[in-house]
Amino acid sequence: MLACPECDLLLARREIGPGERARCSRCGHLLFSPRPEAAAKIVALSLTVAILMGGAMFFPFLSVATGGVSHESSIFGTALAYSEGFLAPLSVAVMLLIVLLPVARVLALIFALGPLAAGRAPFAQARRAFRLAGRIRPWAMAEVFLIGTVVAIVKIGGLASVGLGPAFWAFALLVVAAAAMDSLTNDWTIWDALDPTSPL
Amino acid sequence: MGRARPDIPALTARRAGLVGCRGCGQVAPAGQHACARCGTRLEADRRICLQRVWAWLSAGVILYVPANLYPMLDTSTLTTGASQNTILGGIFELARAQDWGVAAIVFVASVVVPLGKFIAIAQLALTLGRRAPVSLHRRHRLLRLVDFIGRWSMIDVFVVAILSSLVQLGKLAQIHPGPAAVFFALSVAFTMLAAQSFDPRLIWDRGGADAGRGAEAA
Repeated sequence: MLACPECDLLLARREIGPGERARCSRCGHLLFSPRPEAAAKIVALSLTVAILMGGAMFFPFLSVATGGVSHESSIFGTALAYSEGFLAPLSVAVMLLIVLLPVARVLALIFALGPLAAGRAPFAQARRAFRLAGRIRPWAMAEVFLIGTVVAIVKIGGLASVGLGPAFWAFALLVVAAAAMDSLTNDWTIWDALDPTSPL
Repeated sequence: MGRARPDIPALTARRAGLVGCRGCGQVAPAGQHACARCGTRLEADRRICLQRVWAWLSAGVILYVPANLYPMLDTSTLTTGASQNTILGGIFELARAQDWGVAAIVFVASVVVPLGKFIAIAQLALTLGRRAPVSLHRRHRLLRLVDFIGRWSMIDVFVVAILSSLVQLGKLAQIHPGPAAVFFALSVAFTMLAAQSFDPRLIWDRGGADAGRGAEAA
């Protein structure tokens, strides 16, 4: 027996195969959409995100040049833009939203699903980690930051010429990988795999 | 997928004396504090959620005021001199420069979405259980939309961060962030928390059996 998380309708669980989807019959909320090898795919995409984020941290992000003067910035420097005066806490917040929380989310997913992907039993804290990853999700704003970057580039366009560094491209790829990963985590069948008492 | 007929009261977990877990769907006897399967906290009284919604929402609305009054950007260039821009001022500037696309993105993210969210959340909370002309499905969709779209308002905070870290060209051009950025970021975060605290089951169970009748056909 299950209850829809959105409208509370009691539902009887029925077996569905990979590729099928089960929705709530009252509000239409997507409940199950099992995909073959979901855990392995999520772990692979999470690793991709983590590695790209590592690269994005150490390479130049954007550069501007005008009238013989030029300046380069990194992702880290972007967060530090708010480090003056009473804006300082915002630096920490920006760092959290664009780097630390996306990384925390993928690390939690790797911890939770890594053993499953390798065909072993999950760690004792796996369910806690998977739940944490779900809670972090709305606050991991890498894709919002990427669109913000595009807006900023257009804004500067009239003032100076802007160059895109390797970190920009790493970030763009990371956003694509994170989006693919997000769509795979929307599935309650993952809880079956994490549940030690589950018959499945 | 067929939808339940609106004139028949749906058998919900609450009506059956159970609590459904929002994390994994497992049902538990009413009164249990945490889901035995995934560990998510189970909320017995959904009215408490509503108080949280109002608290976060008011904080978000209040902070949106200074976010618009103080400057967001502090620009100084050799050619145009020093200027300070509020959120709206920045949008006007973009429009004047004929950057219509970007002006529209910033306008939607910083003005339309925040104001729309305030109104939508307040309206959803006020019309709970009322026989409003808007169907339950539509209200539910509105809440999902508000929840999904909220984070995108953070765009302007990132734009300001990128501009001020990048445009440090000495006397030629310098950009610094203004105090509005903090107020705006907090306003967006609080409104996101308001939307997250809004339990969609409130819309459905207070609506009860009659609320959808007639309107459901829409």
